[in-house]
Parts: sequence; C-alpha cells; structure tokens
Amino acid sequence: MDTDTIAAISTPLGEAGIAVIRMSGPEAIRLADRIYQGKVRLSEVESHTVQYGHIVDPDTKERVDEVLVTVMRAPRTFTREDVVEISCHGGMIPVQNVLEAVFAAGARPAEPGEFTKRAFLNGRIDLSQAEAVIDFIRSKTDRAAQVAMHQAQGRLSQLIQSLRQDILETLAHLAVNVDYPEYDAEQLTAQVILEKSQKIEQEIDQLLNTARQGKIYREGIATVIIGRPNVGKSSLLNALAHENKAIVTEIPGTTRDVIEEYVNVRGIPLRLVDTAGIRETEDVVEKIGVERSHRALEEADLVLMVLNYAEPLSEDDRKLLQVASQHTTIVVVNKTDLEPGFDLEEVKQEIGDLPVVRMSIKKEEGLNRLEEEIAQLFMEGKAPSADATYVSNARHISLLKQSKQHIRDAIEGVHADVPLDMIEIDLKNAWQSLGEIIGDAVKEDLIDQIFSQFCLGK
Amino acid sequence: MPTSGEKFDVIVIGAGHAGCEAALAAARMGCSTLLLTLSLDTIAYMPCNPSVGGPAKGHVVREVDALGGEMGRNIDKTHIQMRMLNTGKGPAVYALRAQADKVLYQQEMKKALENEPNLVLHQNMVEKLLVENGVCQGVVTRTGATLYGTTVVLTTGTYLRGKIIIGDLTYESGPNNQQPAIRLAENLHELGFETVRFKTGTPPRVNKQTVDTDQMEIQPGDDEPRAFSYETTDYITDQLPCWLTYTNENTHQFIRDNLHRAPMYSGTIEGQGPRYCPSIEDKIVRFADKNRHQIFLEPEGRHTLEMYVQGLSTSLPEEVQQAILRTIDGMENVEMMRTGYAIEYDAIVPTQLWPSLETKRVENLFTAGQINGTSGYEEAAAQGIMAGINAARKVQKKDPVILDRSQAYIGVLIDDLVTKGTNEPYRLLTSRAEYRLLLRHDNADLRLTDIGYEVGLITEERYRRFTRKREAIEKEIGRLRETKVKPSPEVQSLLREIGSSELDNAVELAKLIKRPEIKYEHIQQLAPAEEPIASDVAEQVEIQLKYEGYIKKSLQQVDKMRKMENKQIPKWVDYDQIKGISMEAREKLNQVRPLSIGQASRISGVNPSDLSILLVYIEQGGSHRVSGS
Repeated sequence: MDTDTIAAISTPLGEAGIAVIRMSGPEAIRLADRIYQGKVRLSEVESHTVQYGHIVDPDTKERVDEVLVTVMRAPRTFTREDVVEISCHGGMIPVQNVLEAVFAAGARPAEPGEFTKRAFLNGRIDLSQAEAVIDFIRSKTDRAAQVAMHQAQGRLSQLIQSLRQDILETLAHLAVNVDYPEYDAEQLTAQVILEKSQKIEQEIDQLLNTARQGKIYREGIATVIIGRPNVGKSSLLNALAHENKAIVTEIPGTTRDVIEEYVNVRGIPLRLVDTAGIRETEDVVEKIGVERSHRALEEADLVLMVLNYAEPLSEDDRKLLQVASQHTTIVVVNKTDLEPGFDLEEVKQEIGDLPVVRMSIKKEEGLNRLEEEIAQLFMEGKAPSADATYVSNARHISLLKQSKQHIRDAIEGVHADVPLDMIEIDLKNAWQSLGEIIGDAVKEDLIDQIFSQFCLGK
Repeated sequence: MPTSGEKFDVIVIGAGHAGCEAALAAARMGCSTLLLTLSLDTIAYMPCNPSVGGPAKGHVVREVDALGGEMGRNIDKTHIQMRMLNTGKGPAVYALRAQADKVLYQQEMKKALENEPNLVLHQNMVEKLLVENGVCQGVVTRTGATLYGTTVVLTTGTYLRGKIIIGDLTYESGPNNQQPAIRLAENLHELGFETVRFKTGTPPRVNKQTVDTDQMEIQPGDDEPRAFSYETTDYITDQLPCWLTYTNENTHQFIRDNLHRAPMYSGTIEGQGPRYCPSIEDKIVRFADKNRHQIFLEPEGRHTLEMYVQGLSTSLPEEVQQAILRTIDGMENVEMMRTGYAIEYDAIVPTQLWPSLETKRVENLFTAGQINGTSGYEEAAAQGIMAGINAARKVQKKDPVILDRSQAYIGVLIDDLVTKGTNEPYRLLTSRAEYRLLLRHDNADLRLTDIGYEVGLITEERYRRFTRKREAIEKEIGRLRETKVKPSPEVQSLLREIGSSELDNAVELAKLIKRPEIKYEHIQQLAPAEEPIASDVAEQVEIQLKYEGYIKKSLQQVDKMRKMENKQIPKWVDYDQIKGISMEAREKLNQVRPLSIGQASRISGVNPSDLSILLVYIEQGGSHRVSGS
C-alpha cells in the first residue's frame, strides 16, 4: 500500500492537558527516532510500550518538548501499519512545535480522514463502517475546503501566487528555449537563473521569517519575571495582569505543573511563565537556585529583571544581572518613589546596553514605558497591522521549507554547471510545492504561460 | 484487389503518417491487413511543413523506430538536411530534425507498404463502418464493397468534413484540395461519436528562382552524419540549406490594413486553432509590440524549386498573401506557387478512447492521428503504431500495450489525449513530460526495444545487437564504478590540460566523470577499457553517470507515480453508485472511465478526496464479491 508516512494531531484542538500526535506508515519509527531523545532508540524498544524522552529539532537538536512516546508495530495497530504516538504538552504551542519537528523529520501531513482510510484499506475496519468512513472523509474535506477557501483569499495566497508566477515565467522561458530552439527569444543564461533563484529564495526566507513572527502571535512571548524576594515581582505581575486582563491557564504536564498567564500588551501577547512560583513564594531564586533559574531563562523570549531601587545592589542582584544580561532582558528598577539605594550607573556596568525602565508600581508610574520597551523589542515599535501576512500553519511551513530546498538545489545546480534544462526539474518542484500550499498545482498553467508569453508557430 | 465480402484481420482506413505505421505494424505482427486510401498518390503526404522531428517530436520518431516503426527509417532515406538541435543544452533535450524531400518520402513509404507481405494496399473511399451490437465488423466503400475486418483502425487526418478557407472563399476539401470524407463523418455521428471542429493552416509556397537568398541568413545541416533510426547505416551527406529572413514594419502594417479580410476576425472560421501554430495575422494582433517575426524558407525537395515559407501561415485572401510576401527582405519579386489556407475538420473527442486507442463506444474500432485531436506527422505516426499494435493484439487475443508517462513521449501523448482530452489541436512539447530526463533522444532504444521485440516488430538479429549494446553499457559502467585513478603525475597533468582541478586522493572513474568538464574520452585516456567501446555505448555511459543524481530524482518520482498507476479500477465500478464524490468528478469519471487510480488522478476536476472515496468504494465492492462468492 502507501509507502509514505503520515502524521497529524489526533486529539481535539484547543487547550488541554496533553495532546497526541500520531504517525503512521512504514517509516514511522525510523522518522520518530530522528527527533526523539531518550534512553533507548525507538527502533529498539518492544512493540506497544511507552517511552519517556524529549522531542528535538532534527536540524538544531534543540529540545522542543518533553514527551511520552508509544511505539506500536504493524499489524496490531489502528492502521495496521507501524504507528508512533507522541504525547506532548497540550495547548496550541507545544503541539504545533512537535508537529513541525515531525514534518521536518520527513513525515507528510495526513489528508483529512487518511488514518481512518488506511485503517479501512488495510482491513482494520469492517464493512459496516465503510459508509461512515465516506461521510467522514467528505465532512473533513468540506471543512478543509472552507479553510483553504478562506486562505485562498488571503494575503498569503497572493504572495505565494506571485512567487509562483515568477517561477512560472522562468519555466516558460526555459521551455521555449528547449522546444523552440530557433525562435528568436533570448536564451536564458545560468546567470539569469541564478539571480532569479536567489531572489525567490529570499522571498521564501521572508515568508519563513513571518512564520517566526506568526509564532509570536500564536504562542505569545514567553516571559519570565526574576528578581530577589520582595523587589516587587508580584506587584509587577499584578500590574501587567490587571491592566491587561490576564487569562490564567493551568497546564498540568507529565512531570511539571506550570501556570501561564496571557496578557496582551499593545497587541503583543505576553505569556508569563511560571507565575505560580511567583505568586506562592515570591522567591524564585531561592526556590530553584541561580543555576536552575538560568535554565528556566533559556526557554524565555523575554526576561523582566526586577530591582529594588530603595536598597543597595546585593550579591544576588549582581549574579542575576549577569545571568539576565545573556538574554533579551528589560531591567525594571522598581520603587523609584523611594530614596535611591544605588546608582543606576552600577547597573549599567553589569548589563551594558540592555534597556532599563524606572517604575513605581505602587504609584502606578512607568508601566507605560515598560510596555513601550516591549513593543520596541519585538515589533520594532510598530503596532502589528491587521492585514500583515503570517505563515503560522505547520503544514505551510513544511511546504515552504521544501520549496526552499528545491530552490537551493537549483542554485547548487547552477554552481555545478548543470545544464539549465535539468535545473528546471528543481524549479518545477519548487513551483509545485508552493502550489500545494494554496491547493493548486495544475500543469496546464505552464503550457498556457508559454503561449501567452511567446509568439510561436510556423 | 479485395473483393466484396473478403475478410481481413485488420483494416486500416487512411494512409497518412498514422495509417502507414498502423498497417505496417499489424502486417508485420502477422495479421492479414488491408490499407485503404482515398488516393495512392497521397500516401505519407506532408500537407504542411517539409520537416520531421525537433524537440519532443524527434524523440517520438526515435521511439517509433525503437518499437519497430517506419518513420525513422523512411526519413533517413529521404531527407535533404539534418540538424541536431539544443546541443548547447542537456542531453535530455537534444533533438534531431530533418528537412524532408516530400516526394521522395512518399515514394519510399509507398514502396515499404507495397513490399510488405501481409499487406494489401488499395485505393478506395470508405463511406461507412459496419457495426453490429456495438462491435465493429468492417467497412463499406463508395464502390459498394463490404470488407470485413476483425479490427478496424480509423486514421482520417483532416479529411472528415474538411473545409478550406482562403479569405472569403470557402469550399469543402481535404488537405491540398484532396476530396474530403463527408459520408464517413456523418456515419461517425450516427454511431454516436462526439466530435469537435478543429482548425489548422499552412503558409504559401514560393518559387526559389524568384527569391534573393543573398539577403537571407543560410541555415545549413550538420556536418556530422545523423540518423533517426537505430538501424540506419547509410548516411546522406549531400545536404540542402534552409534560409532565414524576417517580416518588417511594412509587412505588419499591410496585414493590419487587411485584417478585416481575415477569416479569423470576420467570423468565417468556427474551428478551434492551435495556439502554438498561429497565423501571421494572429501573431501581429496578439504580439503587437514585436517588430519582426522570423521567416524560414525550406526546400520542399531536391527536384523542385518550391519552397515552404515557415512562419507565414495565413488564411488571408490570395492577392493579400502575395503582397505580404513581397514586403519581406529578399522576396521583393517573389512568385507565390501555392496559396496558404486554413482548414477546418472534424476530430472525435479523444476521451472517448481507451488508452489502447480502441473506442469505448464501438468495440474493435481504433482511431489514430489527427482524428484524435492531435496535429503533427510524428504525433500521428506514434498513435498509428500503437493503434496498429493494439488492433493486431486484439486479433491475437492479447492484452493491449499501453506505454506510461515515464516510458515514452508516446505514453505522455496518449495519456494526455484519453485522460484530459484537448480543446485545441494537440502538439507534443517537452514540457508536457514530467520525466523528461528519462525520456531522452539517446535512450529510446533502451526504453522500448524490449517492447518492440515482445510484440513482434523487432527482428531477432536487431534484438541481439541491441542486447549486446545494453550489456556493454552495463559492463562499462561497472568498470568505471570499480576503477580508481590515483593522483599520479600523469593523471594530474592530464587533468590540468582539460582545465579540471587536480586530485587529492584516489577517486573512482564514475565519480570523476561527474565533473562538468570531464568527458568519456578523457576517462579513456586516464584508464582505457580492455576492449574498444562503441561510441553509442560511450554516450550512454557518460550520460547515465554524469547525470546520475538528477536521474535518481526522476526515478523516485516515477516510483510514486507507479504506485498510483498500479491501483487498478475494476470494470464493475459504477460511479453513479458512489456516495460522496463531487458532481464534477462523477461526470468526468463516467466520461473517461480511467483504468487506474493514477489515471483518475490526472483528470481535472477529480480531487484527492474523490480518489479516497473511490478507493474505499473499490475496496468495499471487492470484499462484497469475495464474501458473496
């Protein structure tokens, strides 16, 4: 049957404790091993057992999430193929991240109802269920079509279409050079192909960059508040939360419980991490130690480091400042309404160029400035516009990366003096991958383009 | 002469490029074959350009030859010039093109037909197909003879209700004022075939005496001897040149001034013309900013001064054509010998065919060539040989031969026709092929000789020669993979000479040849083979190793396609019974009745979810059958 391996989120979308990503196909276990770190390789574990470990990015090896992985070998599985189920943390963020890693490892996004279809075709589901399967595929497809329709009208679709048009014109030109060698169209040179490919690569890169921005919107900016006890972390948290109507989410995990609060700062979602620790003990440093807080900071996009202006800088303050200076940090100097206990220059010596905001949370002063700083850091001061394009869907990202790889192949081909009509293979692949994003890869387009762009005939 | 009531295995109607190949294939496969033509003087006639081959089309001629067809051999014997095109590009798009001596080409083809033992060649017009209970039994001629055939191949070209258009003048006619086939066209309608009206055209011809070629650019043939057929050993060295000139602003102005007299714009023409072969008036309207168009003058043969004016296809009135010609540099005093014209004709909607080219409506009836909506001699020959093979195999009660898109341009051509149909005369282009790198001019024999041999069109002797070549290629590739060269002073100096970088370590020859500047001959210098290697073997070794990476990429895509192709759609599938597929998909599937999921996936309007549902339905029905039996 099918030899490719498919993957999809198999738990309902939305906030939940855990989510399950299911992979099915002959390569499922091998692909999962590419992104799994644990005591034993998945290819070596017994069937129908659960492993604890981490999902890592297959390229950078960065940890993506802490997970439990269930390995089930064919044929005693839902689809009668090898199946791997990854239980990761719930909520949109970890799930999308793990799914991206799964695609990056080589799995293909499953079509609507494809697991059920495979189960059926492999004889797992009996005949009485066949009708239901058809309805299922139909309904899923209709919903997918609605979503696709929505996107087709969007800006992303326009951008992709214009990128494809660029490639298409180049393909048509190459085709005319090949099919009408005596026609007086200019012969495309390797140099022209190179320049066009590089331009297309840049534009794909830009789209992938918006994926990172899109991620900020989807996931929020992971923000950690640190500082000695009693410097005002809790007050800062409350001020931010109060002002911005925090949404509190409890995320029970396999090994940890985390409380996150989302606040919306000038259109930028901040995700305040581990707020429970702050609220309960007001004492993160003592609780987890400088070493461990350093690790907590690794995962943060933004660190808010709070100092008490009324007291001299302590040894702990200095240690924390040093740690914070290695991250994207805003230093909040609180209690500026009181007599100063230290000189701001001392802080500057520790942290260099990091922004410093003077605040009196008690007197409700300076919060505005802090929000400005945050906006400056993440949106270069610009308010996010409603019609900006963000690539946020793991499937889109995976297809964009594929397109980029095809374009890279084309560029390498030019450098290796490969004949242009072979490089065309890579360009055509790029054009098709981009087409899959907007659900359009019709080949007739090329023939149409050739005859509208060039005047040919006998 | 065949007498009324006589019975043949295969009857072929029409002796154009499709009909000749079909009749020869059937006869050579051992079938008693009758070839009927309107006129014995128009066998293998070229009503338009005097050339064979070019990109994609030349590939097809090679494929026809590898299958055991005649076109390649025939043009090798009768050309006045050959050129390999695209030599500056990759090997996949090298394309051979010949200028033909039209008269010689016809004579040689006629000779081949006359000399074929199982073949009866007869001049007569077919007016009616004999069909009983949906099965074709034979034909009825204008002279009243009833001739029976187990299978019938219909290759009517542009003769079906043909109509010539020149300015305001229109009259019923086949190409070049041949008599059209009117009754047969009506008969096809009576049998229920859906037809479309297509249009094509041809430029005027001029007398070379009245052309000043000094003002034109000469276009000679290649010095190196070339041939289409893998069997050709005698090469024609005496070649005639073509000439290149251009239209100019005066030409364009003159055409614009006379546009109101062009049937294209006055509404006289109803047929759909091909975009790739627009008339000069069409070019000037659609590409108004182009200030000149190329005009090639091509000799029509060795023993005539008549020249074909490529680039000037037109249906403007006669006197306007002459005047247009005289605006062109070097043609100020030109004498037009034949007037250009447009021709409309009936073609059947090709989705009414199975991939074997048998019609779905009438069993044992096959169609090939322009009647199926294509244009071009090569496209016709390709369908002709396949229809001939499959008509003969039907007689022999064997499964049809169907080439897939990764095996041959012929496969691409036929699959496009029967799966997607066409709304203009269809021409092959290299860009229609997904696996172009695999479908090269140079490897047609490696792709298709086995099939030609298997069906009985390739002789034992030729097949032995072919397998020896194939073994030699494999052996030499093996040697290049196993042999390493060391960075010795001689090796380094040779590499420097070629302009290649020196070696750091010992390297396999198979890797070395991947460098763009290294050719097979260099490998022979570095590490000669024990026995001499033939040049066609060397060519394969070099191409297959040099482009191995890209070839592998293509093969991976072919694997994917094959998986879909291998999922057959059983005959009992009833699309009206399948709940859940879209209306459009249902309609298209009913029309095309694809043989495999792969073919279904190429029908426009059939989307992946329709395919999923279809798969589920097939599986369900299949299980029903098993449990019911």
